[in-house]
Amino acid sequence: MTHLGYLLAGWGLTIGSGVLYSAHLIRRGRTLAARVPTPRRRWMTADDQ
Amino acid sequence: MFSDVRLVAAKDLRIEFRSRVTVSQVVPFAGLVLVLFGFALDANRPVLETATSGLFWVTVMFVATMAVQRSTAIETNDGARRALLLAGIEPAAVFLGKLIAVAVQLLVVEVVLVAGVVVLYDARIESWALLLSTCLVATIGIAAAGSVLGALVAGVRARETVLPILLLPVLAPVLIGATRAFDDALGSVAVDGWAWLGLLAGFGAINVVLGALAYGVLLEET
Amino acid sequence: MTKPMAGDSIEQSPVGRRVSTGSRATFWLGAVVALGVLTLILLGFFGAPEDDQQQDAVRMIFVHVPSAILTYIAFGATALGSVMWLWKRSVWWDLVAHSAAEIGVIFCGLTLATGSIWGRPTWNTYWDWGDVRLVTTLILFLIMVGYLSVRSMGDDDATATRAAIVGLIAAVNLPIVNRSVEWWFDRTLHQQSSLTDGNLEDLTLFTLVFGIVVWILFFAWAMIHRFRVGWLERELRTGDLDEAIAARRAEALIDSQPQNGASS
Repeated sequence: MTHLGYLLAGWGLTIGSGVLYSAHLIRRGRTLAARVPTPRRRWMTADDQ
Repeated sequence: MFSDVRLVAAKDLRIEFRSRVTVSQVVPFAGLVLVLFGFALDANRPVLETATSGLFWVTVMFVATMAVQRSTAIETNDGARRALLLAGIEPAAVFLGKLIAVAVQLLVVEVVLVAGVVVLYDARIESWALLLSTCLVATIGIAAAGSVLGALVAGVRARETVLPILLLPVLAPVLIGATRAFDDALGSVAVDGWAWLGLLAGFGAINVVLGALAYGVLLEET
Repeated sequence: MTKPMAGDSIEQSPVGRRVSTGSRATFWLGAVVALGVLTLILLGFFGAPEDDQQQDAVRMIFVHVPSAILTYIAFGATALGSVMWLWKRSVWWDLVAHSAAEIGVIFCGLTLATGSIWGRPTWNTYWDWGDVRLVTTLILFLIMVGYLSVRSMGDDDATATRAAIVGLIAAVNLPIVNRSVEWWFDRTLHQQSSLTDGNLEDLTLFTLVFGIVVWILFFAWAMIHRFRVGWLERELRTGDLDEAIAARRAEALIDSQPQNGASS
């Protein structure tokens, strides 16, 4: 395939960033969830919406 | 309202004049930048001529950041931001007053810079009307965007470094527009400078209105 | 996976044994996204035909255009969230604004990077100052990096207000930025919008739309997680305070009641 290097760079960067960011989010979520006491673990249904 | 604006502007300018920072530090800084560019571009006359507009306005951008920092520091350093509110002055009036003070300082620097480029870069001014109008209109826009962002970072820890990050991208249209208008005024490039002046006026108007509206929120809540 | 031991306070969640911001819904959404990405790779590299002029370099379109569209959706959400925070002081909207900004900056950076990488084999240049969209996107990227910078300087309501105003300034000034760059150069190397042209081959068009859909689904997935992360951070910050106030109130109640056997 022509320009394969550029294609791999572009696609790799995009998908790699997506995967890394997703892993980062999940890890951060887990760390925070473990620290917040159980009664306060709610989301998406805030009282002040 | 207008007397309040005059009050705030006069206060800022008086403080500035008494400290003489603008005259003794900011203006020499601006001149120094012009000289440095001369060194950097190898005193290459044609290159300097082409680059004059850009170098002029980039210098103004840097000076503007300094001017806005100092304008904000007047109240922040002494914890006087609340005092402005308590004095019963409308936030919009504070904004306009500080805007005018910053604009006046920038115009002083720009006068010196014009003299600088005429002398150092051999600039020939074809249209004084366009040149001076551009200076005035662009400066108002710069001062408006700068004043509101200055108030925004006022309560923040690392405000000296975060202000340029916020201000300079927002001022990109001013840099583009003022440089093109100057190109026309200096006769170096065939562009319609007056059309660019219209864009600069639009930028100024939008940011003056936005700043007047946002200033109250910033003073009260941050 | 380790079994929870006696004395552990780790709860069961619908997915796995550790508590997280995930749920059954996000698990399946994520699975669909992953599957979609794999399908996109197959379609993009082996399904869609190459271009007459650009040859295989045209396959960059399947990552570049979806990223660009997502950038605008994300920053649009930030602008809306900023307005809603300033207007209604809605914490929900503030979290939306922050989450969308973070995701948007990533997509924006990817748009610029993939566009730049695409430009090299196609137009023999990594950057074209005459490209309106490219320059405007760069300025937008810089402003939103500033937004995140302001956000990182605190986690209170004042910070939210500051960031919201930066968001407003960005939204209001963007048309002027765009207009000024448009006037700056009349020509642009940037290819005209392929979607509205109608010049795309069927499979290319399908793959492109497919890519956009996958990216939107990823955006939804990431927003849910990032929103919950933000919510948890907020709970950690304010929750301690609320608990302390409640405890103090309970203390005060006990103090005001006569104690047993107290000497006066």
